[in-house]
Amino acid sequence: MDLLNALVVLANFVIIPGIAYGSTLALGALGITLIYGILRFSNFAHGDTMAFGGMFAVLGTWWLQSKGISIAPLPTALLVIPFAIVLMILFLLFCDRTIYRYYRKVKASPIILVMASLGITFIMNGLVRFIIGPGERRFADGTRFLISARDFKAMTGLNEGLAIRLSQVITFVAAIIIVAALFWFLNKTRTGKSMRAFSDNEDLALLSGINPEKVVTIVWVLVAILATVSGTLYGLDKTYKPFTYFMLLLPMFAAAIVGGLGNPVGAIAGGFVIAFSEIFVTYAFKKFFGYILPKDMLPSGIIQIISTDYKFAVSFTILVLVLLFRPTGIFKGQSI
Amino acid sequence: MMNRNIVYFAVFFAMLVFVGMFQSWTVAFSIFNLCLISAIMALGVNIQWGYAGLFSVGTTGFVALGGVAAVVTSMPPVQEAWTTGGARLLTALVFAGATIVISVLLWKRMTKGRIRGFVVAATLIIGFFIFRYLFDPAVAEIESVNPAAEGYLGGLGLHIIFSWIVGGLFAAGAAWMIGKVALGLRSDYLAIATLGISEIIIAVIKNEDWLTRGVKNVNGIPRPVAYEVDLQQTADFVRAADWLGIDTVLASSLYVKFSYGILFLIVLGLIIWLSELSLNSPWGRMMRAIRDNEEAAAAMGKDVTKRHLQVFVIGSAVCGIAGAMLTSLDGLLTPASYQPLRFTFLIWVMVIVGGSGNNWGAVLGGFIIWFLWIEVEPLGLWIMEWVTSGLEDGSDLKDHLRDSAAHMRLVTMGAILLLVLRFNPKGLIPEK
Repeated sequence: MDLLNALVVLANFVIIPGIAYGSTLALGALGITLIYGILRFSNFAHGDTMAFGGMFAVLGTWWLQSKGISIAPLPTALLVIPFAIVLMILFLLFCDRTIYRYYRKVKASPIILVMASLGITFIMNGLVRFIIGPGERRFADGTRFLISARDFKAMTGLNEGLAIRLSQVITFVAAIIIVAALFWFLNKTRTGKSMRAFSDNEDLALLSGINPEKVVTIVWVLVAILATVSGTLYGLDKTYKPFTYFMLLLPMFAAAIVGGLGNPVGAIAGGFVIAFSEIFVTYAFKKFFGYILPKDMLPSGIIQIISTDYKFAVSFTILVLVLLFRPTGIFKGQSI
Repeated sequence: MMNRNIVYFAVFFAMLVFVGMFQSWTVAFSIFNLCLISAIMALGVNIQWGYAGLFSVGTTGFVALGGVAAVVTSMPPVQEAWTTGGARLLTALVFAGATIVISVLLWKRMTKGRIRGFVVAATLIIGFFIFRYLFDPAVAEIESVNPAAEGYLGGLGLHIIFSWIVGGLFAAGAAWMIGKVALGLRSDYLAIATLGISEIIIAVIKNEDWLTRGVKNVNGIPRPVAYEVDLQQTADFVRAADWLGIDTVLASSLYVKFSYGILFLIVLGLIIWLSELSLNSPWGRMMRAIRDNEEAAAAMGKDVTKRHLQVFVIGSAVCGIAGAMLTSLDGLLTPASYQPLRFTFLIWVMVIVGGSGNNWGAVLGGFIIWFLWIEVEPLGLWIMEWVTSGLEDGSDLKDHLRDSAAHMRLVTMGAILLLVLRFNPKGLIPEK
């Protein structure tokens, strides 16, 4: 019984949040890795792209809520996501045509593109704050819990409850659907194959008659989908706050690099590695060990390896370890 | 060509005088002091980017380390905290350092294999728990000493000017560690790694109350110049102010700002002089050769990674010096004020706009961008007032637009960066 209770505690506070957070990071890292693979630069604007997509979803949700439209028990935001994606596609293509295209044409060094992406980050950041404000915005509605802690206790008779929020399930399911669709697209369709060819060897792809501008356009479309979905779902699961998306940049980059920059499978694996390490290292295990260890062996502290204030340190440490020992990532990514 | 540069600076000073005459001289002087500090930070970033093409987004972290240096060198030590927990804390820190050094040595000395990985991992994990065992109680003891005013170790009680050097050393140390890891790999990795280290440094400053009092801020950091109150009570000063026909309070405030300005000018002058010397030396030519063609330079026998590390450390040290100067100008350390937008990003805009690779360009960029950063806000507010003047008072839209005028600064600066990068990538004062 005690062991079961301990496992439920672990599931409730580590595994389920880890899966939801990992799904978000995986989607974010996929976006970063796709841009890296095709356009060959680290897109610092990705966090704020997510914030921008999330903003469209928040505004749309508010509008629908004011009209009284809902798809309860699911959150209204799901209804809005497709429209937000369309807006994001237009917005990102606009950014690409006005800013990035020129640097591709003059074959500028990647670092110039990184710098341009930093400029876009701040424009997006400023616009988001201007339009929706820097504070917390709530837009979640529908059923909150799939299983609440109380129901779980009543069902199983355990001391500990297991709460599963609907937003966590949606995040995970959406991640699976998107990843599956993306892989189908990359591996089975002609366009997807041409994209992979372009990523592997640009010159060869050009020689075989692949239109680079078309490939680039499709990358931005995919990035818009990934960023809008992950941005909205993260906002739904936690709460929508523009600043938090900039802070996601480090874990997302760490995820992409751990998996191997430019490698989509790696980005997903990296997302979960980072998410679970972060939650595992900052979780206070007192309750968990309370069930497993005898009372007199239990330490007096809260058994937390490092404080949650330092959760960036986790992504950073993993990043540093990977850079030191395996710069191409767990799955082989592009290095130089 | 030289004349045009002089015109740029002349225009800047004319704008400053304009602010002085129509807004107030106190504002003009405080803008100028921060312009000087910004110019030093821009020089630091210019050393990294302009000389060597290194892209670091960690300036905020290095500036914040300078701020910490100001606290730990110049604040008076808190005796009680030292006697209760100081020894144990120092032991913990030394122990942590020793653990890391031992792990690195083990990694280097032992033969490659599974055993090596296991031994090193075990050393680190056991070391971490022993460190926490030593560290946690010491922190609790130190933070319980008079928490309202102290609750931290204080500093060494040295003169604040020393902290400028210490700030440079702190930043150089952090930069060395991060450069050792991230340099020599692909160029974006440095950017990502510095983004990480900067966030961690800021998290440390916000949360380690025993060192910096965290979000409770450290007030009353000693000044390198006179205090207004003292000046107002000095008979000679009052007489001089009377003779000039300036109000004593205003005169004292101007005098303080002016003295800071002189000190900062000396530092800025020194750094420009050294930068110009090094840029025109064989070392500077080698750096530019590496920047322009790494492979060719490597083929000529230059150790590219080592040079990059060197230049990255030097540039960061300059940012650290500027950080310590900033904290001694403010007289307080507010960890919450270290925001990547305010430092990292703005400094980048300064370097790009001013002219990367040219020291005078970086200085000019620092002056102009800081001036705009301060003056665009009232301007933005004024534009918003004008835009919303048609709307009725108290409407939601009007309030919203007026409240968010401040965020337009980000958009403006982002747009300036993109425009300059696209249409005038060499900046106002191009590299020679």
